[in-house]
Amino acid sequence: MMARIFKHREMLLLVAILLLVGAIELRFPGFVAPRNLVSIYNDTAILIILALGQAAVILSRGIDLSIAANLALSGTIAALLNVAFPDLPVIFLLVAATFSGAVLGAINGLLVWRLSIPPIVVTLGTMTIYRGTIFLLTGGAWVNAHEMTDAFKAVPRAVFLGIPVLAWFSLAVIALMLVILVMTRLGRAFYAVGGNPHAAVYTGISVGRTHFFAYLIAGALAGLAGYLWTARYAVAYVDIANGFELDVVAACVIGGISIAGGAGTAVGAVLGALFLGIIKNALPVIDVSPFWQMAISGTVIIIAVAVNARSARVKGRVILKKAEHAL
Amino acid sequence: MSVSETRFVPDRLHGRAYRMARSWESLLIVVVVAIFIINSFASPYFLDAWNLSDATFNFTEKALIAFAMALVIISGEIDLSVASIIALASTAMGYAAQFGAGTPELVVIGLGIGLLCGAFNGFLITGLGLPSIVVTIGTMSLFRGLSYVVLGDKAFTGYPADFAFFGQGYVFWVISFEFVLFAVMAVLFGILLHLTSFGRMVFAIGNNATAARFSGIRVGRVKFLLFLMTGVMSGMAAICLTSRLGSTRPSIAFGWELEIVTMVVLGGINILGGAGSIIGVVLAAFIMGLVTFGFGLMNVPGIVMSIFIGLLLIGVIALPVLYTRIARRFRRDEAL
Amino acid sequence: MPDAQQNAAIALDGITKTFPGVRALSDVSLALYPGEVTALVGENGAGKSTLVKILTGIYQPDGGEITMDGEKVSFSTAEAASEHGVTAIHQETVLFDALTVAENIFIGHAPTNRFGLIDWKQIHDRARDILDSIGARIDPRHRLSELGIANRHMVAVARALSVDARVVIMDEPTAALSQKEIEELYELVEKLKADGKAILFISHKFDEIFRIADRYTVFRDGEMVGEGKIAETDENTLVELMVGRPVDQVFPKQDVAIGGPVLTVSGYRHPTEFEDIGFTLRRGEILGFYGLVGAGRSEFMQALFGITKPSAGAVRIDDEIAVIRSPSEAVKQGIVYVPEERGTQGTITAMPIFENVTLPSLAKVSHKGFVRMAEEFALAREYTERLDLRAASLDQPVGNLSGGNQQKVVIAKWLATEPKVIILDEPTKGIDIGSKSAVHAFMSELAGRGLSIIMVSSEIPEILGMSDRVIIMREGRIVSELSRDEMSAEKLVRAAAGIGVAA
Repeated sequence: MMARIFKHREMLLLVAILLLVGAIELRFPGFVAPRNLVSIYNDTAILIILALGQAAVILSRGIDLSIAANLALSGTIAALLNVAFPDLPVIFLLVAATFSGAVLGAINGLLVWRLSIPPIVVTLGTMTIYRGTIFLLTGGAWVNAHEMTDAFKAVPRAVFLGIPVLAWFSLAVIALMLVILVMTRLGRAFYAVGGNPHAAVYTGISVGRTHFFAYLIAGALAGLAGYLWTARYAVAYVDIANGFELDVVAACVIGGISIAGGAGTAVGAVLGALFLGIIKNALPVIDVSPFWQMAISGTVIIIAVAVNARSARVKGRVILKKAEHAL
Repeated sequence: MSVSETRFVPDRLHGRAYRMARSWESLLIVVVVAIFIINSFASPYFLDAWNLSDATFNFTEKALIAFAMALVIISGEIDLSVASIIALASTAMGYAAQFGAGTPELVVIGLGIGLLCGAFNGFLITGLGLPSIVVTIGTMSLFRGLSYVVLGDKAFTGYPADFAFFGQGYVFWVISFEFVLFAVMAVLFGILLHLTSFGRMVFAIGNNATAARFSGIRVGRVKFLLFLMTGVMSGMAAICLTSRLGSTRPSIAFGWELEIVTMVVLGGINILGGAGSIIGVVLAAFIMGLVTFGFGLMNVPGIVMSIFIGLLLIGVIALPVLYTRIARRFRRDEAL
Repeated sequence: MPDAQQNAAIALDGITKTFPGVRALSDVSLALYPGEVTALVGENGAGKSTLVKILTGIYQPDGGEITMDGEKVSFSTAEAASEHGVTAIHQETVLFDALTVAENIFIGHAPTNRFGLIDWKQIHDRARDILDSIGARIDPRHRLSELGIANRHMVAVARALSVDARVVIMDEPTAALSQKEIEELYELVEKLKADGKAILFISHKFDEIFRIADRYTVFRDGEMVGEGKIAETDENTLVELMVGRPVDQVFPKQDVAIGGPVLTVSGYRHPTEFEDIGFTLRRGEILGFYGLVGAGRSEFMQALFGITKPSAGAVRIDDEIAVIRSPSEAVKQGIVYVPEERGTQGTITAMPIFENVTLPSLAKVSHKGFVRMAEEFALAREYTERLDLRAASLDQPVGNLSGGNQQKVVIAKWLATEPKVIILDEPTKGIDIGSKSAVHAFMSELAGRGLSIIMVSSEIPEILGMSDRVIIMREGRIVSELSRDEMSAEKLVRAAAGIGVAA
């Protein structure tokens, strides 16, 4: 029974997270206080949103390196709209950022689908293009806190039922992505296309169109995260979330989503993001220089890949009768 | 088919000139010449020997790594940790310099750290059989992370005076040491990839690693050596860059990995592996350097330049696809 | 015959499909009738799989039309074909390892609830029902990767039945099954017939065609060359139609004085693939390995060649213990392997012929690591000429060659290493008749020169015609060994299928 449970990578990761939190609590009591846990979750909310978008892309055997640049551009667009038209309701800006993200994601998707350019090349290119576009829009200037309306900045910080709205957003996205990945044909198509694109064609799934929707979803989530980011940190400029795309990929990898596509879950992506978030937040608590964070997350990524690869090692054909089911 | 009736099978179907004219490299040469001409019209300062010489620093260090990266990508893998290896190697050199290490020791340390980092990547990828893209995203964090652990928000600056030669010295007139190193490495890597049996194995592995293994090629060993190479070349680039800047911060060469991959892909190396040439990478290096330089002369900021590079990257891959598609449609219309 | 086509569940008329350089189907017609099994026969490359792909919406025909119930239909996607009730059980089981059995059955047409969300309960329940109905004892919640070949096949069958199908295409459905499982499949086919489904049955095995088919259609070189009722024909007629001439296939087997032992294998085993493999191969001998697809022959050969690691076993070459942990060590020891999967394992299709031939012999044609082009071309020329390779030039990519010529490149590649033992895995699979006999003649010649040959083959005539001795494998074990005098088609089939043996 235990073996059966530990076959699920998510379970393994959850245990690792609990052990980590437990160890910190032992040395530094008070870490597990509800208020602190909420704050850690809140700090990780944006990473969770992006990781879920990236998960859809990686599941379908792609990768989106432009996800952070998309966040930055969409967030900046929302901020600029807010500055130019202070009377626009925030909900409109939120939708605008999400829409902008979806369009940028659709561009990636179209290039992958229609021109069959490898995803890594497409998103490497659009990553620099999207960031460059921010410069063209802002002229290199920062959009600062005092230029933004209070309403714009207030949304993610508002507290509802003891939990910040930013966290509520990520919870909603988790629920949405769980439904999409588990309960919709599109979500299952991500698994099929990533697991065996050749076979997917035979089941009537369009590989290219499935890719397109994966990038579209990742883009829309990046756009939403863009508004949340600029509003929460009350600043928008060319370099926001620079290099964050790799944290996002790291969260997915730690969460057990196979970089080769076709295997992994939304829960895994969330746990992967949480793991990174906890480490980031725990370092100051346990009095370790925050400069250690990068090296630690690097090590965690490597360990996670090694662990996942062990459980997913390619098995040969099962020919001996006695070997069937005994795996 | 008449072909099947002739017993004699020639070595090659087309001559060398025909093959060259149809190559990706010829297209790149046209682009280089075009950029050269546009730039010289756009700015009177472009055609100045010293200015052009300065412009080469825009690409020489990245190109050193791009040569090794080209081989890695041809073999079907990728190394995203190269810029972080620069950071770690530079940090190690800075650390040693604090204790009075001389230039020869610094060079050994720089190359040695590169070698170790490459060996670590190679072990994880070929020894444990992990996917290179994720492994090197991990080591990218790890290597630069170690640099942050050592340096935090500080910097190393105390390098010996003669260490400056690698990044600031000139061998002859306007020909810098870095440019000579770039040229020598281009030739060495060109020979390695195109004339040796090792290079042949790299192509074979990138085209079909399974068939290569079934042909008795030690795929793991070849790939391990390739990761050693990107490590050492990153160490070499670290020496040049550190020497040129005269200081080390943990953020040194941040984001270079993606610029280097762009350079390699622009140079016609197939990102899926199996095809490409070093000449293409050399030309791509010139294109990126000249564009940066030309835009700089016109006071266009670097970030806008990166839009151009991004468009170029997607464009050069999309155009042949679009071209064949349109050509096919055209032919079909003709047939009807 | 417009009259007959009126009753057809589906009728194809004048279907043509061209690929660059190849006319895969030209002006082909085919009608399938409810409650009847139509056998589609033809050699590899006759156009059968292209036809299946057109019927299932993977390919679109260049010309001709498909009608169902007298109405013209077009299958622009696989989805469209499946919506019209056309479903296929594929030769290569096209399924998803990481997903559960139930999901494999329903992916692409999963039942949804009124919110458009997938109804997992219904999927599991219906999967259980379908699996029960075909007598498969498989837990729908198991991952596919945990199943063996026969059970995977049952999942593929269940998948085809999960659609409300009117037309069921079975593409070599019995290839990997044991005799008992084949009998179960026949029962299933009878049931489908009784349900009024039109069945297209593709098979190479004449015994089963005559056992279950009602009609036949024969393809040759992309053309329909004959059709009719099974009851009104016989085996010889079908074979003649297939091949286009009366066949008495002659195998150019020379008599060779068989020498002493070259290779001795003992106690080879693998956790999931094979057990207790041991035999001796002599100089100049052609040793056949017969068995059903999936009997573990290729898996064992690949372990012998160092591709996979056996958990136990020993090899002696020329009476010395040989350690083979990788293909490169195998090649050094003089063992080479011509794989069944030519395109993915045998050749590097994007690379030129000469580079493919010299790949394992690069050390021979290079000095201090530098490749000498002239020597390389000379070596490639020597061996490709010996095999009578037909190509436009030696720098032509291997992918542009026909199957037979690609096989010659693979064999040339290995002969250039001057091996002691050559393992040929399905050496003539997917090769036209002409090249087939060329490969056979060459095998004979090599044996005559003292090379030892292991020939894995699923074609009984090839085994009977070429081998000096045959080893038969079933479910990962050696079950029988027959000398040339003892061999007969019946013995081979019985041993391979496990008839008259406890299963």
